[in-house]
Amino acid sequence: MLSYATKRALIAILTLLAASLVVFAMLEIVPGDPARLMLGMNATEDAVHNLQEQMGLNQPLAIRYFSWLGGLLTGDLGKSYTYSVPVFDLIKERVAVSLPLAVISLALSTLIALPVGIFAASKRGKFSDTLAMGVAQVGVAIPNFWFALLLVYLFAVTLRLVPAGGFPGWGAGFGVSLKSLILPSIALALPQAAILARITRSALLEVLGEDYIRTARAKGLSRRQVLYRHALRNALIPVLTILGLQFAFLLAGTIIIENVFYLPGLGRLVFQAITQRDLIVVEGVVMLLIATLVLVNLLVDLSYAIVDPRLRGRS
Amino acid sequence: MSIGKVLANRSFCVGLIVTSLIALVALLSFVWTPYPVGAFDIAGKLKPPSAAHWLGTDHFGRDILSMIMVGSRNSIAVASVSVAIGAGIGVPLGLWGAATGGFVDEVLMRFNDLVFAFPALLSAVMITAVFGPGAINAIIAIGIFNIPVFARVARAAALSLWSREFVIAAGAIGKSPARITRDHILPNLASLLIVQATIQFSLGILAEAGLSYVGLGSQPPMPSWGRMLFEAQTMIGLAPHMALFPGLAIVITVLGLNLLGDGLRDVLDPRFQ
Repeated sequence: MLSYATKRALIAILTLLAASLVVFAMLEIVPGDPARLMLGMNATEDAVHNLQEQMGLNQPLAIRYFSWLGGLLTGDLGKSYTYSVPVFDLIKERVAVSLPLAVISLALSTLIALPVGIFAASKRGKFSDTLAMGVAQVGVAIPNFWFALLLVYLFAVTLRLVPAGGFPGWGAGFGVSLKSLILPSIALALPQAAILARITRSALLEVLGEDYIRTARAKGLSRRQVLYRHALRNALIPVLTILGLQFAFLLAGTIIIENVFYLPGLGRLVFQAITQRDLIVVEGVVMLLIATLVLVNLLVDLSYAIVDPRLRGRS
Repeated sequence: MSIGKVLANRSFCVGLIVTSLIALVALLSFVWTPYPVGAFDIAGKLKPPSAAHWLGTDHFGRDILSMIMVGSRNSIAVASVSVAIGAGIGVPLGLWGAATGGFVDEVLMRFNDLVFAFPALLSAVMITAVFGPGAINAIIAIGIFNIPVFARVARAAALSLWSREFVIAAGAIGKSPARITRDHILPNLASLLIVQATIQFSLGILAEAGLSYVGLGSQPPMPSWGRMLFEAQTMIGLAPHMALFPGLAIVITVLGLNLLGDGLRDVLDPRFQ
């Protein structure tokens, strides 16, 4: 029998392999020849032929897939058709914007959602619970990019507290760079926090109805003690699941939000690449995002075992 | 389930009213809009809300209310077709997995994991990179995203039904798994699937807006809420109303659908009856 962790890891690897096949196949069916695209309209047949040879475009499909896959594993994602620089370098530059944005948003959303969810659950049915969940209900319905536009109007255009967009680059100083990520991360975090707060509340309420909670109360523990020591820990599994899923939404959200704030992140890169038909860049970014997603979900699966010891021995 | 009980559920009532109103506005837009949609009036551009233009005009002088009305058709069409794709493929897969179990079930669930690794935005990015932008891409991308959601819900619920006595009894009198699924499992899942469809529908509206905002969804001249917001972005200092109203349309629609979904869950869930 495989252990729980090994099985999860194997599934993650298989998923990634299958995903790489899908991505490779998708972009393989695109009409047009990358070599011709790189050299432009006026290239001679010989030049095109040479470049095709050099890029390995004449090799059989399977060989090209495996050499692409091998490249992925060693960080060689090929060369951009339009910029003629390694895709890896392009991505590395942009990740320095997108990743901090996603991580700050995730932290912000968790820091807001958990206390609100716990508070609402502990005040179940009271006015403050109804109010908090009403606000959350509206928050769930707000598209983050629209919220971002409203924030820009209020804090950048009207109050002039923060820049409306753009990114100075980490080299220009940590403070100014962080400042230009404030509005984007708030815009990303709040709608996510609304979802997470609702989940936290309902998971807690479910647990609070269990027999062992009544037992804990009956043996004389205070409501507070029961809530934090017994209920919260048991309510964490659904919360963790949602956190994992939210990371996926945050990554996707980052790509969209970058367009509101003109941030030079992965989102801008991928949309530029689409308009310039620079498919190898699209391929690289999509694979990177999928790998991140699969990895995060694997970590979530593994963290179940830490939160819930019953899962450790199981396959 | 009595009518009185249903009407006593506030989420359900508010959600139903809001959703019906949106649907009515979408239908109305086929026969009447305050102004012909897309009619330019450069002299009257960027006007704030007034008696002539209730929600103001955009940078081409187009009437924003008319565009929001026609845009609702786009949102509803994309969301409903992608729910149909997700449910049409996902539910049979989930039911099949639950009915067969073993290897088939394992393969179907791994397929689910794979599809789950492609959020709607990534699928849309790839489809657009290959075929160019368009509303169909948004439908396919959101539809693909919906497949594993429906498959999981259908499978989990079907699995718990398969151990119930009336299903075991149906097996004992010689009904095939396919017939049991059709006669006993599916009818008992219907309410759960309706609730899920409502939730996915509202997510679909949000996703469509996001995709058309970044240019991966429906293309001009078809008005769409997401692209109206994209066009509003550069005008935000001059004409904030351009950004305000299409966004409110999205929020109200999604909120209505979510309330309807919450209400339906309470009304249809046997535990609450």
